Amino acid sequence: MTTRDLPSQLAEIREDFLALEQPDRLQLLLEFSNELPALPERYRDHPDLFERVVECQSPVFIFVEVDPAGLVHLYATAPAESPTTRGFASILAQGLDGLSVDAVLGVPDDFPQTIGLSQAVSPLRLRGMTAMLGRTKRQLRERTAALA
Amino acid sequence: MTVATDPSPAFADYAHPERLVSTEWLQEHLGTPGLVVVESDEDVILYETGHIPGAVKIDWHTDLNDPVERDYIHGAAFAELLGRKGIRRDSTVVIYGDKSNWWAAYALWVFTLFGHSDVRLLDGGREKWLAEGREVTTDRELAEPTAYPVVEREDAPIRAYKEDVLAHFGHPLIDVRSPQEYSGERTTAPAYPEEGALRAGHIPSAASVPWARAAAEDATFRSRAELDAIYRDEAGLTGDEPVIAYCRIGERSSHTWFVLTHLLGLENVRNYDGSWTEWGSAVRVPIVQGADAGAAPQPR
Repeated sequence: MTTRDLPSQLAEIREDFLALEQPDRLQLLLEFSNELPALPERYRDHPDLFERVVECQSPVFIFVEVDPAGLVHLYATAPAESPTTRGFASILAQGLDGLSVDAVLGVPDDFPQTIGLSQAVSPLRLRGMTAMLGRTKRQLRERTAALA
Repeated sequence: MTVATDPSPAFADYAHPERLVSTEWLQEHLGTPGLVVVESDEDVILYETGHIPGAVKIDWHTDLNDPVERDYIHGAAFAELLGRKGIRRDSTVVIYGDKSNWWAAYALWVFTLFGHSDVRLLDGGREKWLAEGREVTTDRELAEPTAYPVVEREDAPIRAYKEDVLAHFGHPLIDVRSPQEYSGERTTAPAYPEEGALRAGHIPSAASVPWARAAAEDATFRSRAELDAIYRDEAGLTGDEPVIAYCRIGERSSHTWFVLTHLLGLENVRNYDGSWTEWGSAVRVPIVQGADAGAAPQPR
């Protein structure tokens, strides 16, 4: 899959970051961090459903849902004192929300490296988002394999 | 022009109490001419969520590390950075940060490589300031640029290279990583990303003293008596010999370097910043696995 095929909502996020100067990219990441949605009521008391992203330096947990219409929703929790990790989770939660399973599986694994944050955030820290995307896809593959 | 030190009795027992300031002291001295407050965190946008009024941000990775070589920035880049942050050569710099000042201590150690003389830590760091309900702001950083002189780093007194460690055998080494990293069960801190060491274990003869033992629950440093019990009685440091501390990339061991140098007053303490990510991948260096320190090899 080439970047031409990037789902439009992810492409928009990337364009928004790339349009900014480096310091303002951090500000946008902070806005994403603040926008990370709270968990829906039905998942709040189910820590068992959530998978820890151990590659991240702070405790972040994700859960991927496929709704009855076959659309993907990513839920994540991360502490307020880890805004960078929250920002990464929020970019993916917003960027993947409502896509088909195939569309999510088709997102390039290097998407986090393409949104212009390597210099502002450092490649080391960006590994956290790469790991989140990888784990999201793995959960989806397991989910769809179980259904097949 | 430097600012008077914090006379708090809580610091009186430390060897160099002038290296710490309390949250109360900082609150009273915010805005004092000659004082620059620096926030240095693990998280690259934590500063932007709210910081001490007037504080500037210095990031360990994007500001202090050379972007190409595995080394710290050189004199010209440091001068440019500090000038941009409004710091003069004679400014009193108070650094604070997240995780019990883990990264703040790292920044302080890098400032020391460049011989910036008056650099202190806020005892308790960001956590204590917030826990006490003190003011924070999301105002954008506003610093009046200065002309900081170009001073080249002087590594030798406080920084050890791999060759220095090999020549140091027979003298005390402190491994400040987690017990699992020390024993060789894993090469990274629990819950931290893999940072690429090919072998696991520790440098022979190193004593295991995880860095966070020096921090109390409120993120302040433990008392002089508690620190003496850990580092002198338990780890056997006497102050008569040179000491090298290491961790994974040299950040946690900066915290221990601060404790040994400024709070316990040991002389000739160096931080081996190559640490496990270098040692654990180097060819033909000795490694010990398991909980025992192992014997010191012949120095070479």
